[in-house]
Amino acid sequence: MRILRLCTAGSVDDGKSTLIGRLLYETGSLPSDVIATVRRQSEKLGRHDLDLSLFTDGLRAEREQGITIDVAYRTFSTPRRRFLIADCPGHEQYTRNMVTGASGAELALLVVDVRHGLTTQTRRHAFLATLLGVPHLLVAVNKMDTVEYSQEAFEQLRQDFQDFASRLEARGLTFVPVSALHGDNLTQKSSRMPWYTGDHLLGLLETAYPGGTRNVVDFRFPVQTVLRDLRGERLYAGQVVSGRVKVGEALAVLPSGVKTTLKSIETYQSSQTRAEAGDSVALRLADQVDAGRGDMLVRVNNLPLASDTVDAYLVWLGETALKTSTRYALLHTTRQLSATIKKLRYRVDIDTMHREPAQRLVKNEIGRATLKLSGTLFFDSYRTNRFTGSFLLVDPVTHETVAAGLLRDRARAVEEHVTKARQGVVLWLTGLSGSGKTTLAHEIKRQAGREDVLILDGDQLRQGLCSDLGFSDEDRRENNRRAAHLAALAAEQGLLVIAALISPFAADRAFARSLVPAGRFLEVYLDCSLELCRSRDPKGLYRQVEAGEIPQFTGIDSVYEPPANPEIVLDTAAESPEVSARRVLNLGG
Amino acid sequence: MPKFPQELEDEAIAVVREVAGQFSSPAVLFSGGKDSIALAWIVRKAFWPAPFPFPLVHIDTGHNFPETLEFRDHFGRELDAKLVVGSVQASIDSGRVSEETGPLASRNGLQTVTLLDTIAQHRFDACLGGARRDEEKARAKERFFSHRNSLGAWDPKNQRPELWGLVNAGKAPGEHFRVFPLSNFTELDVWLYLQREELALPSLYFSHQREVVEVNSTLLAASPYLKAGAAPQRKRVRFRTIGDMTCTGAVESEAHDLVEVIAELRAGAFSERSARFDDQRSEQAMEERKRVGYF
Ligand SMILES: Nc1nc2c(ncn2[C@@H]2O[C@H](COP(=O)(O)OP(=O)(O)O)[C@@H](O)[C@H]2O)c(=O)[nH]1
Repeated sequence: MRILRLCTAGSVDDGKSTLIGRLLYETGSLPSDVIATVRRQSEKLGRHDLDLSLFTDGLRAEREQGITIDVAYRTFSTPRRRFLIADCPGHEQYTRNMVTGASGAELALLVVDVRHGLTTQTRRHAFLATLLGVPHLLVAVNKMDTVEYSQEAFEQLRQDFQDFASRLEARGLTFVPVSALHGDNLTQKSSRMPWYTGDHLLGLLETAYPGGTRNVVDFRFPVQTVLRDLRGERLYAGQVVSGRVKVGEALAVLPSGVKTTLKSIETYQSSQTRAEAGDSVALRLADQVDAGRGDMLVRVNNLPLASDTVDAYLVWLGETALKTSTRYALLHTTRQLSATIKKLRYRVDIDTMHREPAQRLVKNEIGRATLKLSGTLFFDSYRTNRFTGSFLLVDPVTHETVAAGLLRDRARAVEEHVTKARQGVVLWLTGLSGSGKTTLAHEIKRQAGREDVLILDGDQLRQGLCSDLGFSDEDRRENNRRAAHLAALAAEQGLLVIAALISPFAADRAFARSLVPAGRFLEVYLDCSLELCRSRDPKGLYRQVEAGEIPQFTGIDSVYEPPANPEIVLDTAAESPEVSARRVLNLGG
Repeated sequence: MPKFPQELEDEAIAVVREVAGQFSSPAVLFSGGKDSIALAWIVRKAFWPAPFPFPLVHIDTGHNFPETLEFRDHFGRELDAKLVVGSVQASIDSGRVSEETGPLASRNGLQTVTLLDTIAQHRFDACLGGARRDEEKARAKERFFSHRNSLGAWDPKNQRPELWGLVNAGKAPGEHFRVFPLSNFTELDVWLYLQREELALPSLYFSHQREVVEVNSTLLAASPYLKAGAAPQRKRVRFRTIGDMTCTGAVESEAHDLVEVIAELRAGAFSERSARFDDQRSEQAMEERKRVGYF
């Protein structure tokens, strides 16, 4: 299993150091001499137990020694998984630190003191984590011992947090009540909170679904450096930052647009037929194209966006404020351009998340801006691809990194994706049998006006690919799993996929979503009452159910879990398929 | 048995290729120790089938284990790498530094000056090192790309945020970078990696008979350079790090090969710095030495 990269944040004294210290200690990740040193230090402080916070050294010591308050990286592992923590100090410079830590994280662990409730500080951390695209927030509600392990106190905080989080784009949100000091629910279930039915913190970390920040579909390969073999033939060295590729595929070199074929994928003294996100490899192309550092190799049928004017969130990191007159160096993948900030559109108040008009942006502030570049940038939105959707701005004189940028999709409508850009999209239509999925799928295809559309119809799948499956929960899951992989594969090749499946379980739909880059999976919920579906009964299935011929029918004697956060809800009783299809195609991307 | 996580090698290779992409005169700091062997090997792999692209720089204190020097020359030839040796003895002879005195005298601290002189002389603008974040608390905050001012010093307040693997390599003339591709490796990872790659190591890393002297509860190799300590004793020992003979501690061990070393390591024991006498001199030792330009 891959290393789970997480970031941690908490307000001062909420117990973050104690909590991390205990995780390191109880997972046996600390060498014995380090433990001995901390034991001595604890005694010096007059404590007879181990002060666990000393393992990560909290801020106190750092302040005393005048060491920088900065993100610290620590590894620990259990037999099930390995973790890399980016530990972000909570207060001073929290924006800079939190943004740095969250930029590489798949999960954010937020430590809060149950007695303080939902504080401004915690709201900031949650907001920054979601802005940086961290898909899971795990909230450790700490110091439960101080409230006598009260369920009420925990539920209150959870409720407040959930209300607040509904305004964020947090996909996964989990809460666990703990006492870092006494070890409750950290690495073992606590008997003092029998009302809590979930897993302990370490268990939640071990089983957290990875990925979510990984784009496994869009092949992007920024060239880092060019190698030459003994015959002088060129190899392009770099890391696959997203997607995957196979030998023999048709590739385009950007910016030139020259097309070629992938001849081989090489690593030290060997070659392989495929490579995927994360792999550092060297690519040999069939033609001697003239490419170099800063160029990007992509699949011909899956091109990024291209523009010399971009829209982005800027997190200001520099000591000097944003200046519209300065020409900054812009670092994007392995390429460097220069950029001026044409317009600062607004600043985001991190505490209230409100937009406010702004003339300037100073250190630790976040704003949205339009940038004019010295050339065409080839990018994806940050939401779909962290690596091609991000950049740094550098002061040309001091060389200071002054801003981190998150590229936006320029508010393109999905319609543009669907009809123009050759990028794969999955429209996942879910709803009861008879809610109108098949009709809608064909109407969307008609209106999209493109040929490369794949409709995955539930009934058709069941007749062929999934004819070995029945309707138990397990079989439904398997049915969904096959459809999800098929959809992702087709989207990867640039197709518009319309999946029309009942897909009754939320977890199965979440799985399908996880296989496709964010922003390119659109869950479309056809909300239709059982009564109406039954009265429509286009395939006569409900009649058969009533006649006892079909058991385990969704809506009748098998559950349907309606989506909590679909991209769009359609009321097919109230509107025609033509209108519904148009609404789907107009979804903002 | 844990496996070496492949993503760490991918990450390290990406870092060294970034060095090739953004710097004009990089070098690999090579001590002959296991971390720098792993690092040099990663550089080899990152640029294959092209030749080894950077010189290996060794700072020779003059008090090195002969095994280290022998290994260095052999490994350098195998990689077909150019070797640059900076000599502390030469720095002493030319009066750039003066030898420490007293029973605990070590040349470890003097290396810094020789290193910075060597960097300046060859105009290296990026020096790759094998340091890891798990070595020390102070290292946990270290960057992959660590900026050094024109005096070679590390200013903790002036380090650049690293996001999404983007590297801001901008610098003024005379400044340089230290680059640590193995940042996210642990000590165990290095051993597992050396094992997976079937790399040879200096014999010092495996159990052998040696005359050792106990100094402040650390076992140091008996040598003409060591002034302090009680009478030498013969023990079966191995070294967990390799540096200057006067400050590299040995541990008693029966581990004869990588499998046995890894087994010992997993059985718990000690962080490797504890065997480095030099670090015990001050709790803040590392932070201080980094400020003045140590490895
Ligand atoms: N009662 C109680 N105290 C805790 C708990 N966790 C941490 N503390 C105490 O809270 C204080 C701050 O903890 P520390 O880990 O240094 O907080 P940090 O600033 O978030 O890193 C210390 O005195 C801890 O002993 C807990 O679960 N219960």
